[in-house]
Amino acid sequence: MSEQKLVRNAAGRMVPAEVNGKEAVPYKGVGGHRPSGKKAAPPLATCIDYPASGNKLVPSIKDALKAAGLEDGMTVSTHHHLRNGDFVANATMDAAAELGARDLMWFPSASFPCHAGMIEHMKSGVIHHIEGSMNGPLGEYCSRGNMKGMGVLRSHGGRYRAVQDGDVHIDIAVIAAPTADPFGNAHGLTGPAACGLLGFALADSQYADRVIVVTDNLIDFPCVPWQIQGNHVDFVTTMEAIGDSSKIVSGTTQITKSPDRLRIAEMTARFVRDAGIMRDGFSFQCGAGGTALSFAIFLMDMMRDAGVKARFVRGGSTQYLTAMLEEGLTDYILDGQTFDLEGVRSMRENPAHVNTSPFTSYNYHGKGNFASMVDCVVLGATEVDVNFNANVVTHSDGKLLHGIGGWQNCLASKCTILPIPSFRNRIPVLVDEVTTLCGPGELIDVIVTERGIAINPRREDLLSAVSESDLPVRPIEELKAEVEDICGGPPAKPEFEDRVVAAIEWVDGTVIDSVRQLKAE
Amino acid sequence: MSRKGQAGRKEGRVRSDCWVSVEPRGEGGVTVSVESIVAPMYGEAIERDAVDGLSRLGVEHAAVRVVDAGALPFVLDARLEAAARRAIPDLEGELLPEAKPWSRYGTSRDRFRRSRLYLPGDQPKFMVNAGLHSPDGVILDLEDSVAPSEKDAARYVVRNALRAVDFKGAERMVRINQLPEGLEDLDYIVPHNVHVILIPKCESPDDVAAVDERVVSILADRGMKSPVYLMPIVESALGCWRAYEIASASKNVVALTIGLEDYTADIGTQRTNKGRESFWARSQVVNAARAARVQPIDTVFSDVSDMDGLLASVREAKSLGFDGKGCIHPRQIEVIHRGFAPTEEELEKAKRIVQAFEKAESEGLGVVSLGSKMIDPPVVKRAQRTVELAIASGILPENWREGGDDV
Repeated sequence: MSEQKLVRNAAGRMVPAEVNGKEAVPYKGVGGHRPSGKKAAPPLATCIDYPASGNKLVPSIKDALKAAGLEDGMTVSTHHHLRNGDFVANATMDAAAELGARDLMWFPSASFPCHAGMIEHMKSGVIHHIEGSMNGPLGEYCSRGNMKGMGVLRSHGGRYRAVQDGDVHIDIAVIAAPTADPFGNAHGLTGPAACGLLGFALADSQYADRVIVVTDNLIDFPCVPWQIQGNHVDFVTTMEAIGDSSKIVSGTTQITKSPDRLRIAEMTARFVRDAGIMRDGFSFQCGAGGTALSFAIFLMDMMRDAGVKARFVRGGSTQYLTAMLEEGLTDYILDGQTFDLEGVRSMRENPAHVNTSPFTSYNYHGKGNFASMVDCVVLGATEVDVNFNANVVTHSDGKLLHGIGGWQNCLASKCTILPIPSFRNRIPVLVDEVTTLCGPGELIDVIVTERGIAINPRREDLLSAVSESDLPVRPIEELKAEVEDICGGPPAKPEFEDRVVAAIEWVDGTVIDSVRQLKAE
Repeated sequence: MSRKGQAGRKEGRVRSDCWVSVEPRGEGGVTVSVESIVAPMYGEAIERDAVDGLSRLGVEHAAVRVVDAGALPFVLDARLEAAARRAIPDLEGELLPEAKPWSRYGTSRDRFRRSRLYLPGDQPKFMVNAGLHSPDGVILDLEDSVAPSEKDAARYVVRNALRAVDFKGAERMVRINQLPEGLEDLDYIVPHNVHVILIPKCESPDDVAAVDERVVSILADRGMKSPVYLMPIVESALGCWRAYEIASASKNVVALTIGLEDYTADIGTQRTNKGRESFWARSQVVNAARAARVQPIDTVFSDVSDMDGLLASVREAKSLGFDGKGCIHPRQIEVIHRGFAPTEEELEKAKRIVQAFEKAESEGLGVVSLGSKMIDPPVVKRAQRTVELAIASGILPENWREGGDDV
């Protein structure tokens, strides 16, 4: 591998000047980069090449890949709505391997532990590298410097943008579809692998050269609503099962029992109430982690007590958001993914439970997106530093562990709140400088920990809004000092090699930070 | 010369704890191998602390192994000391963590004891954030929550927690083992600013006297002045019968409480939700405690998922005359405090009495009267307590007098 050239970006981070053979733009600050030119586009197609009957069925994924013209070095994409129960991404790469393909770039919208098999395909040379989230074993593989190319981590909106802008050209998109017809119309509302919606596959269907739909629930035309439009689709094929339904959505989402996390969740809800964010017609977004769910439940109680109703809440939807909708505590759920069976049912039955995509919600190179219209968003982080910069992809040991998801995109909200423990086990979450910069501090407003709430000094409005409340508002430096005292001093920094193994993109496609190879043990 | 000693946890899902083995040897100094989920951040610190710790205990040559799941330094020290002592029982000296400034606050005889949170003495992961949930007291338990084989190890964890953990103003209590073993527990904890000792399965004033004597002697040896208070727990037919003698056995007794699991077994029945079987015993404890001028405190409510049941149980306890209740989960604390808070009616009446008293005092009158009624001093005292309780419960501002509620 040739010497990597690094440049210092506007956040002071050293980032690669070139990523996988393409020139990269270093981060220029929030709102500092302006794109030019036209959007990318897939090649023109003609009905002459497709059966007038509308029947695009082929016998297998392997046949579909072959018919789609799979070649060495191509980019093959999949989506992650089937989460840790997904069978399709693995089946796709297994088929590609059988076809003898080499040096592919896998471009998932996210990866899960079930995709650990991709490591074998990287070792054997079928996959050259991954651009997408790298969780668990894949993150470890990449962090150890074992991947041939450079990993690129993008937010959900950043992935849509990268495809739309032509930064990533998808040669073949393989779309797992819980229900589809032979024309390629598809949705996620029914079928054994029902996952609610298919928004993460939207860009793939619109911009890929070739699109393959894979289903285990083939129905007669028309498959409605067509979340994926068959007019984008080249081939349809079937599998016995596209996923393990028990790992796609949970029967019931679990709220946390941890007293500390419940305390954090409750304090977050009180902050939202006491800061005046919770008022008639407001909006919020939270994830499906234990703390975020508990936050939603506490907030629901407070809304009920105060007689306040939201205009919309943003999913990931769960049984709790669904209950809010059905109780009339919100007019709409604008949903990016469904996390449990109640969410899927609600999306299927309730017109006010609306499916969204990274295009509508998060795309930074569009004519606006929904994220900036949300009154407050509740997110997680692995580390936050005294300047409110936050990390979501690595832990303090320097190992790549999580994807960015919609996290960066959500920072556009009017008030970004991170409810996080101040330390996990003995690992301080509040640090002097984040290991990997994923979100700039100027966009992160409030940190809620079990030991107190830190408000970004830039947000004088929020500081004064809660000055009369009995919330334990404290300077972030003070919280950090307390945590270090408990943990026995500040943590040592991990040791790295010089080589950059992954680039972290900001929402506008510039490179905000890089992840280096871990020092060999 | 000696055997290998080990202490702590490494099997199953361990969090914020560690396992340490110490194998003494004749030469070669102290070598430490560390396997830790926080190795990149604290691996070197763990190694350094282990070497330093053994040297402070006077161990010059040993092979040490640490399997760590994020143990905080005070826990690592406790595990190291337990392992070293299991290897070399006659070690001198103690491996005491630095006593943090926040471990030094005091308590008072009459403070509110509405909630006391039980923390298993051998489970350090629950200790470090316990104070954040604002219980009136925390109980580091050496008794029933600690396995018989871990009694020695738990002493070091509890002792170190008393020195290192910030319990955020909660009263610092320890439940010792049943006597006579419990007397030895006192040597480990009394020197470290423990506020209240809970004496389990107390059946006689002699039990209280024995604990008191040992405590007083430890304090005297160290020249410590602040008293250590006592809270006997009666848990048997005999204990309940002698409740008054027990509650009045020492001037250091500040509260009397009851344990119903053992009590119901002892009287030959089972504990029910209605609690008719323990009505006499609970009333007896209330009456004995009040007669001895100490606080009557109710038992724990053990279904942590039933908050409505808890609130009903607290209200019943309050109506029986109890001042507090035990809890086993932090989420119970707020419910308990809410349940013991004065009702609006109680509070309004108390405020009127307090203001009448203060008015009489400022006018130099010897007699307090409200309307045409004379108010006796015990009633005034009770009213003052109700007002303080309302402030502690967050339902009355501290400056309520300025609020201008008319008498």
